[in-house]
Order: sequence, then structure tokens, then C-alpha cells
Amino acid sequence: MIDFTFTEEQEMFRQAAREFAEGVVAPKVAEMEETAQVNDTVLKGLGEAQMMALTIPEEYGGLGLGYTTRLIALEEIGRISVATTMMLQVFALGIEPIILFGTEEQKKKYLPALATGERLASVAVTEPSGGSDPASLRTSYSRDGDDYVLNGRKCFITNSHIADTITVLAKDAESDDPRALSTFIVEKGMAGFRPTHEEHKVGMRGCNTGELTFEDCRIPKENLLGQEGKGMRVAMTAIGMVGRGGMVGCALGLHTACLEASLKFASERILYGKPISNLQMIQDKLAEMKIDLEAARLLGYRATAMQDQGQQAANEFAVAKYFSTTVAQKAARMAVDIHGGYGCMEEFAVSRYYRDAAVLGPSAGTSDIMKVIVARWILKPYKK
Amino acid sequence: MLNTFVCVKAVPDPQEADRIRIDPVTKTLTRADIPLVMNPLDKNAVEAALQIKEQQGARVTAVSMGPPAAMKVVREALALGADQGLLLTDRAFAGADAYATAYTLARAIEKIGSPDLVLCGMASSDGSTEWVGPMLATFLGLPVVTMVEEIVESRGEQWQLKAGVENGYRLVQVRLPAVLTVTRDLNMPRALGFSGIVKARKKEIHTWGIEELGVSEDAVGLKGSPTIVSRMTTRERKRRVEFVGGTQEEKAERLIQELVRAGVL
Repeated sequence: MIDFTFTEEQEMFRQAAREFAEGVVAPKVAEMEETAQVNDTVLKGLGEAQMMALTIPEEYGGLGLGYTTRLIALEEIGRISVATTMMLQVFALGIEPIILFGTEEQKKKYLPALATGERLASVAVTEPSGGSDPASLRTSYSRDGDDYVLNGRKCFITNSHIADTITVLAKDAESDDPRALSTFIVEKGMAGFRPTHEEHKVGMRGCNTGELTFEDCRIPKENLLGQEGKGMRVAMTAIGMVGRGGMVGCALGLHTACLEASLKFASERILYGKPISNLQMIQDKLAEMKIDLEAARLLGYRATAMQDQGQQAANEFAVAKYFSTTVAQKAARMAVDIHGGYGCMEEFAVSRYYRDAAVLGPSAGTSDIMKVIVARWILKPYKK
Repeated sequence: MLNTFVCVKAVPDPQEADRIRIDPVTKTLTRADIPLVMNPLDKNAVEAALQIKEQQGARVTAVSMGPPAAMKVVREALALGADQGLLLTDRAFAGADAYATAYTLARAIEKIGSPDLVLCGMASSDGSTEWVGPMLATFLGLPVVTMVEEIVESRGEQWQLKAGVENGYRLVQVRLPAVLTVTRDLNMPRALGFSGIVKARKKEIHTWGIEELGVSEDAVGLKGSPTIVSRMTTRERKRRVEFVGGTQEEKAERLIQELVRAGVL
């Protein structure tokens, strides 16, 4: 029989993550919503709690705990603050390409400080022309002696203004092949690189999203990540597994929060002399939220279990990302419905969940793109 | 290096205390599926042990008596920083009152040997007798200071402690070895961390039953418990909501009446 139980140790990781989320993150949620700024206490707390170290191998200062543990942590933090989960998940998205494709020197140089949270990471693929078609990128690099020179603009980049180490995807300016892409490690403070516009998002306000500009940004050759011309593989491997897996964590956390808030409200709100949880119309919504959540969790943890076993799971993550974010959005809407008028008031957390849910869809590939990936996967054997 | 023992109890999660029911026949608590967690005040005891370890060096042993599921709180103590764990679990230990619990814990601590310091939470969130610490001290033949709020001086064998008493506090000097029961004012328990959980993988946990402990079956568990629970009742607490109408003055007047009737004013 397939074992669907978490180990005692994994349950303890969940407890640790929950205590962190409730003790460190929860008191700062209102402030993050109010200011739409990354909270320093939360950021420092993430580092101290070694949340950035989860997937980094032990020899580089990490905990080497794998992706199931990461999903547990993301889910628990997302239950309290999806914005914080988003920030954390993109740190890992910036770290993963270095783990997978970095040279020994690059790993030694970057990973220890990224594990402690002393330095923060991100990844930059999306451009004003869109993020789902990396082959049409405009940000380009050219060679100049031993250096590369980067020019262009990236947008909708999570952690844009706080990241110290950013994996940037760019195309070869001297090639006509649109797939001649390479990835570079760009560091804060490099001449010609700066974060510019900061976005004001409808939800996930406590995490920072913005634009990056590269103007004749000179990058030493040792900052080339992976082989030159193989940048698409570097970016897509990280996004396909870690990025989509991270969004599953955001979705599961949000979904759990929606269900918990709805159960509490429905049990306390009296209508016709009884709690509204006695009404079948409300029970229908609550049951549907629970069933969807169970299914989403199974899909998410199945994918991370495969990843932990070293299997390729990008397609399974596409399935899990599509399903978990879609049903989390549905759960957020139902949670607002159950709360009635209160659901539209900012004093009630479900109004925040509803706004946060809107951001789940496009991040790390839209729901439509997930379906494209799944269709491509299942049609492959029939392709002539 | 102080040989320090810290007693930890697995209790039903206090956050779900409203789901605890009393079995009218056995007069025991029906815990149903409520998850077990470390007794909140025992976390303060663990924290005290770890701070002493950090300040002056100590070997910290976490001891718990309970069902096999209580292993969870022993592992948690190790993940927080304790050096080794001991779970006392046996069907014969079941149904123990404070006396039998203290006896069992004392025999285990004696068997490991030479305690310099034994720390307990002042009370458990489920039983709340506050007796186990003092009884444990009696069985071990050690002095006890209850309700410790602050460790004022902990150098050498003569310790100074600030300990609670109704409407005030005591300043107590105690010579080690001793048993201390601690309150939540003593410290802020540290958070459970991921790296601590990983480090706990390599730490030793012993599991002892009645044979390993070498005690008589009559001295432990229900058989060794002199307490007889004659009656247990559930206190009914109901909430009532009433919307008060009228002018501001009428509403205020009515509110005062209601508060007076409820005994609040």
C-alpha cells in the first residue's frame, strides 16, 4: 500500500513552521497589508528560523531537508500570510539554479550566505512582453573580453528590491536563434543594474514585486550559470519544479486559512436562531472546500515526493499547480460568500484571502499555461 | 557540568480543551482525537534547563511518563536542545495519579543517577494538581522550591531563587541538588527550529517499561495511586447574545442593569 502518512519528524517540522508562522509572522500581517512593504522582522525571522536553508545541501550550510519539508513549511506559513510564503518560495526559486547548475566555486560563494538569509535571492525571467514565452525575450547579453554585458528590463519580479543575488535569463544578442539563452548570477551593486519601479499588487501586499533594469551591466564570466546557450533549461528546471511547487504551497496555505475561517464563522454566526453551519447551503460550500483541499494536498505532496526521490516531476507539478491554485481561488470566493457582508470588510481576513487568491493564478505560469503543459505531456505519445 | 533532568508531560492540546469530555463511569478524561502536545509550563522548564546548559554547562535529560505517543514530547525536548531522552511507558504505568507519577519519575531519575537539578513545570494543563514536583523531591530526598519565577543567582551550589506566593514572592536560597517547579514568568521558551529537529536525529532516546525500571507493579500506575476520584462534573458555560434597542440613554441604562444582574458591576 502507498504510505500517505507524514513521518513523526515531518510532523515536527510542521509544528515548528506553524509556531514560527503564528509567533513571528501573524503579528506583522496587518502592518504588511497597511504598508505594502516587506517586514524586516519577518525577513530576519525567516533567516533565523533557517527557512531559506531548507533545500540547500548541508555541505553548503543548508539543512538538506528536501522538497516535501519545504512544502510543509510553505503551507504552514501560507496559512498565516501568503505574501510571506510567496517571498520565501521565490528565495528558493533564486537559490535552486545555483544548487542544480552552479559550479563548485559558485556554490561555495553564494549558498552559505543564502542559507542564513544574510543574502536574499530571486530569479528574473518575465519581461514586459510576458513570461510564458521565454523564447521571445528581449533582455540580451553580448561578450566583451572576459565579461558579458547585459541590457534589458525584467518585470513582475518577486523580491526585486530586496534580493542580493538574482538569476537572470537573457538571450544572445549576436545570435538569430531565439533559443540561444543563458543565465547569469547578477549581484546587487553591480554597475548598470538597478531595481526600478515597484508594483502595487491587489493581493500578497507584504511581498515585494517590481522591475529590474540592466544598462550595460558588466558581468564577469564566472557569473555565467550553467552552460552558455543552455539558459532555458536552467530557468525552466527551477521554475518547473521549485516555482510551481512553491505556488502549491501558497495555494494550500491560503485554502486552509479560507476553510478554517469559514468553519469558525459558520459555527458562530447565528441565523434563524441557529449557527449558519446548520444550513445545507453552507455545509455544501464547506464540504466542497475540504474535498478540494484534500485533493490539492495529495497532488502537491505526490509531486514533492517524486522530486525528493530524484524523479522528474515538472508535469506533476503543473497538474498540482493548476489544481491547487484554481481550487484555492474558489475557496477564497466561497469563504467571502459564507461571511456575507462581513466578507467584504477589511477587518475580516477572508477579504485579504480573496485579494491574495487573485495573485496565485499568474505566478510561475498561468493556469492556462499549466493546461498547455499538461496537454503537451499527455499528447506526446501520440505525436507523429 | 550540572546533571540536569527536566520532566515533560504530553497533554491534550490546551487550544482544543473544549473538546475534552469526562467519562461518567471511569471518571477519567476522554481525550478523543485531541493531539498531544508538550505541557506549556514544561516548555518553561526545558527552556530553563537549556539556559543553564548554555551559561554554565549541563547535561540535560528529558524524562516523560506516558503512552507511546508521548515520545513526541521527548523528541521535541531533544529538538529544542536537550541531550538525551527517556520515555517511561508501560501498560502498568497507566492510570497513575500524581503520587504514582512522581514515584515512577523519581525511580527513573535515581536509576540514571546523581541529579544536580530536576526541573518541572509548576502544573500540567490537564491535571493541574501542582503535586508532582514536590512529591518527586520527596521521593528523591531533595529540597524543592515551587513556583520559581526567576533564577537570581545560579553560581556554585547555593542558588538564589525568586518564587511566587499568593500576593507576593519569596526570595529563597537552596543548596543543590534540588527540585524546582517553574512558572511561565521564568522565561520565554525558545521556538522549535528546523536545525534542532535535524540534530535530534542523532540523540539517544531510551524507552523503559516496568522491567527496565525494576519497580513493583503495585507501586506504579492505577495500583500505586492512592487518589480516588469520587465525582467529576462538567461546568456548563453558555453564551448569550442580546441586542439592546432604544435611545443611547436607554441602552446604557439597560446595559448597566444587565451587568449588575450578571454580577460584573
